[in-house]
Amino acid sequence: MAFKVIKPGLLALVQDLGRHGHQSIGLTTGGPMDEVAFRWGNALLDNDPNSAQIEITFGMFTLEAQANTSIAVTGADLGATLNDKSIPPWQTYAIKKGDILAFHQPVWGLRAYLAVKGGFLCEPTLGSVATVMREKIGGLTSKGDKLKKGDSLSYHTSHDHQQRAVPRLAIPNYGNKEIPVILGYQYQSFSSLERANFFSSDYTVSSNSDRMGYRLEGKAVHTELKGIISEGIAYGAIQIPKDGQPIVLLRDRQTIGGYPKMGCVTRVGGGILAQQKPGDIIQFTPITVDQAEQERHLQMARLAQWR
Amino acid sequence: MSHADFPNIDMVSNQACLLTFSHVISEATSNYIAQVTQNLKNLAGIVDLVPSYTTLLVVFDDDHYDRFAIFKAIRQTIEAIDPNNVSLIDSREVVIPVYYGQEVGPDMEDVAKHCQLSMEEIIKRHSETVYRAYAIGFTPGFAFLGNTPDELHVPRKTTPRLKVPIGSVAIAENQTAVYPSVTPGGWQIIGRTPINLIDWGSKNLALIAMGDSVRFESISRDEFLVQGGQLDGF
Repeated sequence: MAFKVIKPGLLALVQDLGRHGHQSIGLTTGGPMDEVAFRWGNALLDNDPNSAQIEITFGMFTLEAQANTSIAVTGADLGATLNDKSIPPWQTYAIKKGDILAFHQPVWGLRAYLAVKGGFLCEPTLGSVATVMREKIGGLTSKGDKLKKGDSLSYHTSHDHQQRAVPRLAIPNYGNKEIPVILGYQYQSFSSLERANFFSSDYTVSSNSDRMGYRLEGKAVHTELKGIISEGIAYGAIQIPKDGQPIVLLRDRQTIGGYPKMGCVTRVGGGILAQQKPGDIIQFTPITVDQAEQERHLQMARLAQWR
Repeated sequence: MSHADFPNIDMVSNQACLLTFSHVISEATSNYIAQVTQNLKNLAGIVDLVPSYTTLLVVFDDDHYDRFAIFKAIRQTIEAIDPNNVSLIDSREVVIPVYYGQEVGPDMEDVAKHCQLSMEEIIKRHSETVYRAYAIGFTPGFAFLGNTPDELHVPRKTTPRLKVPIGSVAIAENQTAVYPSVTPGGWQIIGRTPINLIDWGSKNLALIAMGDSVRFESISRDEFLVQGGQLDGF
């Protein structure tokens, strides 16, 4: 059974936790822009952590259910409705045959996750269904297509619905616009003045931001380092190109690059960043690897406890 | 000191570290990195490896493995390798057929002018050199091949093309490459190969892996077409 796509919206993609182990041939990972929201979607439904979900960017996305099941909605509040009745995110909902599920437009945030009991059924490529449009890989067609009108999102029918919601404390604090940055090994190549500027300035999310990277506009940051020999780029790396405007590289990032890096945003921080729209303002705040590790372990422990 | 130095290990994030083997590009360093990459591939807790010219980015599973235990395992794996005697069992020799015609190599004339060589000489020099794949990236299967002979060094195009056709063979600075998919690109295009560089259904996925030796072989227009080459795209 399946959801039928009535309205495809701006950008709705099938995602799992990503396609790992192929970066040595230049293939990026894909995966959810807001990993915490994604993980909670599957946890709410007792799904495998890697079960396929739909990442809905902005909204204008409508589905019709062809069979009973349970869904979980997490991440941004895109003004979702179930048969015209408002449904807030971070909880589960029972779905009956013929139900109309719609994501309208952002109340806050940018990306919502739709999980279904047992996960959406999709043929993996290289071990993952994660859609990377640029690489023409993953998704419903295995060719990296975004969802379109008439698509059929298959799932196993389920009648045993459980009403659940994510504990308030476990929901990331999306109101906090201070994005944690693990200081990188190239951090030393920025003068103390440049570092101080970077961590004390407001940065505006550019309209040139996407799943590959978030471009920010604000106080330019400069380094003595002219360029470096191209090297592997980790998730969250903050590249400083010649114009000094930072670029945070996210799920669909290129695998290697030669710009100096200030550090890396954490996965939680990257998730919060990914919920910002062009024009939104953020700041960066430095943290240590130890702090990042604690933050991550706390997130994962909350998920484990729930299960 | 030489390439034989033990790499520096720097934390990049709580799930990645960067091994730096050298600050200069050399074949010896590249061999060493290729060997370390091969040996780390099956280490428990390693999620992804991104080798490049002088570095190797290691991504690990920080949800199930302690990072200090991972470091220790990385160190032990590297210590077991003699950098001056690497075997590179997985490294291949790849031959890429190229049709160097101007209809598929629109920058050939500019390159010839810039290098003050005839087109025949460009083709000869480009195809008689054995290259090494120093890094893979930019797009899947895009191999940065070095080094081109000094006489073939050309700058990138001032305005990159928005669409470079699949299989385009190009040069820039001291490197050469084949475009595995249609992408924007600023390298000077001198020919086209009829073969696929990327195939998600094949065992190796990408035709060229980091550490491979690569050679180009000049083929005629007819051979190019027989092998399935397409002439359009510009």
